[in-house]
Amino acid sequence: MIEISNLTKRFQTHTAVDHVSLNINKGETLVLLGTSGCGKTTTLKMINRLIEPTSGEIRIDGIDVRQQPGPELRRRMGYVIQDGGLFPHYSVAEAIATVPRLVGWTSEQIVHRTQELMTKLQLPTTLLNRYPSELSGGQRQRVGLARALATHPPVVLMDEPFGALDPFTRRHVRRELFGLNELKETTVVLVTHDVNEALELADRIALMDKGRIVQIGPPDELLTHPATDFVREFLDDKPHRPHE
Amino acid sequence: MNDFFAFVREHSSKLIEQTLTHIGLTFVSLLAALLIGVPLGIVIARRRRLASGILALAGVLQTIPSVALLGFLIPLLGIGAGPALVALFLYALLPIIRNTYVGITGVSPLLKEAAQGVGMTDRQILTKVELPLALPVIFAGIRTATVINVGVATLAAYVAAGGLGEFIFSGIALSNVNMMLAGAIPAALLAVLFDFLLAQLQQLSGKRLRVGALAFLLLTPFLSAFYLLPGREDKLIAGFAHEFYGRSDGYPGLQKTYGLLLRPRLIDQNLMYEAIHRKQVDIISGYSTDGRIKAYDLVVLDDNRHAFPPYDAALVVRQATLNRYVDLATTLNLLAGKLTDSVMTALNYQVDYQKKSTEDVAQNFLKQVGLYKRPAPGERTETIVMGTKVFTEQYILAELCRQLVEGQTALRVVTRTGLGGTQICFDALRTGSTDFSPEYTGTGLLVVLQPSADTLRALPMQPDSVYQFVRQQYVTNYKLDWLKPLGFNNSYCLMMRREQAQKLGIRSIDDLTRFLSK
Repeated sequence: MIEISNLTKRFQTHTAVDHVSLNINKGETLVLLGTSGCGKTTTLKMINRLIEPTSGEIRIDGIDVRQQPGPELRRRMGYVIQDGGLFPHYSVAEAIATVPRLVGWTSEQIVHRTQELMTKLQLPTTLLNRYPSELSGGQRQRVGLARALATHPPVVLMDEPFGALDPFTRRHVRRELFGLNELKETTVVLVTHDVNEALELADRIALMDKGRIVQIGPPDELLTHPATDFVREFLDDKPHRPHE
Repeated sequence: MNDFFAFVREHSSKLIEQTLTHIGLTFVSLLAALLIGVPLGIVIARRRRLASGILALAGVLQTIPSVALLGFLIPLLGIGAGPALVALFLYALLPIIRNTYVGITGVSPLLKEAAQGVGMTDRQILTKVELPLALPVIFAGIRTATVINVGVATLAAYVAAGGLGEFIFSGIALSNVNMMLAGAIPAALLAVLFDFLLAQLQQLSGKRLRVGALAFLLLTPFLSAFYLLPGREDKLIAGFAHEFYGRSDGYPGLQKTYGLLLRPRLIDQNLMYEAIHRKQVDIISGYSTDGRIKAYDLVVLDDNRHAFPPYDAALVVRQATLNRYVDLATTLNLLAGKLTDSVMTALNYQVDYQKKSTEDVAQNFLKQVGLYKRPAPGERTETIVMGTKVFTEQYILAELCRQLVEGQTALRVVTRTGLGGTQICFDALRTGSTDFSPEYTGTGLLVVLQPSADTLRALPMQPDSVYQFVRQQYVTNYKLDWLKPLGFNNSYCLMMRREQAQKLGIRSIDDLTRFLSK
């Protein structure tokens, strides 16, 4: 579904992503795992063109992402970031309606879809007129996901989506969210530095270091057949190392 | 306090007009500042390299004192609404640009990325995320700009642009506290009111703020309309000094005597001559011996019904001084009748316009009339002090008297030319700080003596009767004597440009009244 080939991003002083190639299958949850600065977020942001690659290409269903304008491309992909990335001046209802409005849904469609998502994400409808500051961290994260899923995008990109939550809530929310049918059908690319999160959610993990993919494969494979010492160390080190 | 309310009641229609003009001035300039400042703030938030330059420029404009800014603008834009609006616009600019910039750059980069991430275009990010989030900060800027503008707009009255400053300036010129308050209190209330309303708006959140902001934007052109609506076209435009407009012997006197109906613009008395010269106004109030009458080829309209009392100039001397130096009166009276209207006007012209020194002008004149004597050498032990008000004519008179007295007698004359007004000059005389001063009969009558309305009505407004009345009152009440009149009458008068007056066949105030009512 997503084919990344020879993707490279050079910034002025360093190379963030260095000839990365990988294929992501339809409906798969692929986790980009690694330390801070390993290039995982840069790789993610090149998929929806928040960052333009220096060289290499990304195709989605065979079409180069650079053939379409960034905003249009991004409207067809969900995007979830830390703490939901909610706009403080948008109520929950407005937040969920953000992308549907951008792509021109009717208000009946929007209301219907909003109800549906609220139910699925176990958000009480009394929250619809609340603003993000009036929600708990877990609620914000769910609303962020609801916003990303509103138009049934085939691909959802997540950048440290649970980073702002405490460990307990984090476990709870991610189990709940990834149990959703909606997400099971969706191709998810998730960036994290949390090994447990990766092991728990990923169909496949791509472990990155210094801009390259060190190993890619199902969690079990990485655990049982680590390609290098780095892989072993990274996965064994529980609790994992703080940012380096 | 009752006086104040009486004043407000009496001038309520004028006050309402001034208030509306004031609001209009404030909001026309605010609207312009919004139209320029908000986009500029957005641009510099996008191109940060431009930010420091543009903010510094707007900051410098902000630091120019408002009177000086008007001063710079007058040569470029003349008088009237132009310079006032431009000055107000420039003052409103900084808070609006700065707060737009700060508001937008203050939006978290994470949110901008989230907005990009959900597929908003640059324009949508601006209108849906950045501007709404920056709105409270932008409104704080608008609020600052509005309050500044309500305050600075009072200065519009300095350049004939109207507003509540008219009463404030007139009040200051006339030492009329009620008049000052009638301008100052509404101006302060306006500032407080707008500040309060905008503060309320600023505190709204979310959608209501956006609705409020929209309402405000729609309201601004409406409020501006108070100023932009074309007024009734006047055949001739009058520009009067603030003091003239308020003094009973000024415009009110003309209205009473001639039934003259003008809608005068109020303007600083020194700018008034410039304004008529540049044809921005057609009639001004002035002083009949002003040098600029000649310089700008103006004509004084004949006061054929004697609305203006006579203002014969004469020297007022302490009786104690006259008794002590018996030959002083004789010496000073040598000048009596020598300074006719045309002579005094010419002397003023030489100093005001040709920039000659008062010493030279005075000496030349004394030589011409044969009164000049080189002062006798030797130490002078006896000193008398002459006080004057602060304008050219009085400086010349001081110099004339000094040279005359020192030439003719053994007295030393010290001049104190900094007494800032009729009342101060008079108090100095009465307390003995000065020995003599030039004064005008009409001014002595109306400013110092202030007789009752009945007394005034009974007094024939002829030069001689006024002189006799004033002299007798000064002697009995204050032990001050008026010497013989110097010969000129520095009267209030109306003036027009000579070529226009001739074209319209206007020679007297009666002609003017008739022309206007046609």
